[in-house]
Amino acid sequence: MAQQLHVELVAVEEKVWSGDAEMVVARTTEGELGVLPGHAPLLGQLAEPGQVRIKLAGGEQVAYEVAGGFLSVSADGVTVLAESATPVSAQSR
Amino acid sequence: MKKITKAMELVATSRIAKAQARVQASLPYAQAITGVLTALASNARIDHPLLTPRERVRRAGVLLVTSDRGLAGGYSSNAIRMAESLIARLKADGKEPVLYVIGRKGVGFYRFRDRPIEANWTGFSEQPSFEDARAVGETLIKAFTAGADDVDGGAGADGVLGVDELHIVYTEFHSLMTQNPVTKIIGPMQVEDRPRSEGLLPAYEFEPEAEALLDALLPRYINTRIYAALIESAASESAARRRAMKSATDNAEDMIEKYTREMNSARQAGITQEISEIVGGANALAASGSEV
Repeated sequence: MAQQLHVELVAVEEKVWSGDAEMVVARTTEGELGVLPGHAPLLGQLAEPGQVRIKLAGGEQVAYEVAGGFLSVSADGVTVLAESATPVSAQSR
Repeated sequence: MKKITKAMELVATSRIAKAQARVQASLPYAQAITGVLTALASNARIDHPLLTPRERVRRAGVLLVTSDRGLAGGYSSNAIRMAESLIARLKADGKEPVLYVIGRKGVGFYRFRDRPIEANWTGFSEQPSFEDARAVGETLIKAFTAGADDVDGGAGADGVLGVDELHIVYTEFHSLMTQNPVTKIIGPMQVEDRPRSEGLLPAYEFEPEAEALLDALLPRYINTRIYAALIESAASESAARRRAMKSATDNAEDMIEKYTREMNSARQAGITQEISEIVGGANALAASGSEV
């Protein structure tokens, strides 16, 4: 069984999404970035506006339009901090 | 009367629940951003204007959170009293207080006394959004940054008078029955060194550089703190209003009971008098009739 990544997407006013995923794709101010399980600890500022895509086991994907966001990768998982996050419909990708 | 206060009590009760839910909902973000800042602080040498205490504090900003509407018992006046004692303390320390006020009650208090308010925001005390907190935060951070180069008796190189300290006065929500006004310093911030229990800290990679990250993170952190203060105050305000309305409802009930009783006894007295008049009249008639 493939390792899973614990992902939390929190906006200021509420927790938006949390669960296990295979991979998180986000764009920081430096460039596009994919986080797989076992990634080195990382702190990044997300590009504005930026999309965060969370790839779930089984090929599904959740995407959020994120404003004012930060990405934190630690041993426990991935945390995306956002001032606001709105879901992007799956068909657009 | 009773119906009005009862309705307001019920509205306030439902608002408390909503405000408490929002306090809960905002916790994950607050925890996450604190965690990120701690990680950043323990991995990089930090030297940021928002973190360094100024050598000489000339002007101190005071952000006061009050309500927009009255009928909330002592909620606003307690917060104002707290702010007043803070201002007195700042003045005793030779600092010039600069007022920032949220809520019509606080604005009214200082306008009425002809005291200057640097900036004020109204209209969201019961249901604040993060946008509101950000507007407040940006103003405060701008003032704080502008205060960096101020000299004695005037503005510094940038020609703008700023502040060297930021205090916030808001009402903490303990329970439905107790809400206490508190003051806290939000600028400059103090970084707490956590005891390191897990041995080696992970070496973080930073994108972009740590300094740039800090630049972007700290203002957001302040906004988050202000937002937290705003929603907690909103919960306190609703709780204070609920309590005020509850006692108003109880008073109205007491009054209704008392007056109903008075009305009944007055009516009864009236009836008794009428009966005795009729009886007296009939007796008089009977007496005069028997003489004819």
